Amino acid sequence: MRMRTIEISVGAFLLAGILALVFLAVRVSGVSLTQSAGAYKLFARFDDIAGLRVRSKVSMAGVTIGRVAAIDVDSEYGEAIVTLEIDKRIDNLSADAGAQIQTEGILGGRYVNITQGADEEVLQDGDTITNTQGALVLENLIGEFVTRMGDS
Amino acid sequence: MLRLLRLIGQRTLEWLETLGRAGIVWLWAIFGLPRRGDLALFTKQIFQIGVLSLPIIVLSAFSIGGVLALQGYTQLARIGAEESVGLGVALVLLRELGPVVTGLLFAGRAGSAVTAEIGLMKATDQLSGMEMMGVDPLRRIVAPRLWGGFIAMPTLTLIFNTVAIWAAALAGIDWLGIDPGGFWAGMEDAVELWEDVGKGTIVKSVVFGVIISWISVFQGYDCQPTAEGIGNATTRTVVYSSVAVLAVDFLLTLVMYGEFK
Repeated sequence: MRMRTIEISVGAFLLAGILALVFLAVRVSGVSLTQSAGAYKLFARFDDIAGLRVRSKVSMAGVTIGRVAAIDVDSEYGEAIVTLEIDKRIDNLSADAGAQIQTEGILGGRYVNITQGADEEVLQDGDTITNTQGALVLENLIGEFVTRMGDS
Repeated sequence: MLRLLRLIGQRTLEWLETLGRAGIVWLWAIFGLPRRGDLALFTKQIFQIGVLSLPIIVLSAFSIGGVLALQGYTQLARIGAEESVGLGVALVLLRELGPVVTGLLFAGRAGSAVTAEIGLMKATDQLSGMEMMGVDPLRRIVAPRLWGGFIAMPTLTLIFNTVAIWAAALAGIDWLGIDPGGFWAGMEDAVELWEDVGKGTIVKSVVFGVIISWISVFQGYDCQPTAEGIGNATTRTVVYSSVAVLAVDFLLTLVMYGEFK
């Protein structure tokens, strides 16, 4: 009799642990989109990524469609090569689609914004987005402003 | 000078010997479990170690989650970022506070009890009695407690984190009026399943569970079989476990989240 209650409470205890794990996975971390639907890779070259990080968001019109998978530097041209993982369901990005690095809110992190192009041709796995615009770096803007002030 | 050298040598040898004995106890106990008849013993230990620790874990989790939300809110509301309370609380809990606080409470609540129980068995000659009856005390006494700790500690940590995040949501959304959409969405965006829940909560809590169970079982098994010896062993369990949890947590964080690769 005593053993029965112990076994029942141990079962409930372990079940509570599993439920807690499910809660942490689903409610707290959100089921990751790139893992669930499959993803394909695109590359984009930027002149300055300024604080973009691996796992930053890739979005189109504010909707998250992927993540930044890797960031490398091409020292020959002095450019950053960003690998983007885009959700498989977004399979009609045109070849002249644009990529910009933008900032979320005033203190928020950086993310990559994709704008759709007009070309008939569609970007495939492994293609490179050529129409890119790097991050606006506040120091550069201020520097430019100050030199222009000096000129006039 | 020579006496000093001798003292150092003696201490080192003693320490190595203790470590060796602890390793042997651990190995024997680890491989001592997989037999069918032991399942009942094992279940009983999960009950003793895990289920009976639940009240203190749930109570602490509730107050820690609530306090994090209240403190985070007062600071973040000044720069208008009160919706970040959710992700801040979740990351702090999943990566650090959850496993560490559960580990400390677990050492105090369950580890000390295991040490005292095994120590008293040794002092009252129950262990040698078992040996005489041909029952291996490592298999019957030590192994179930060790394995019970391995299972109970991660489960308790998962429950701790869930309760704490729920308490933070209660304090943040229902009392302070943070927008629920921003609170949960910010959390979902920032928390990654493997990076935070997997590495933070699960890996850390399993490692802490192994360390605490090992220390508490060995201290009980190795104690002086007197009333004073049991008391000392129980104190040592709590002190060693707490220090080990904090030190190992630092190392794990350094390896898993340190920026250098």
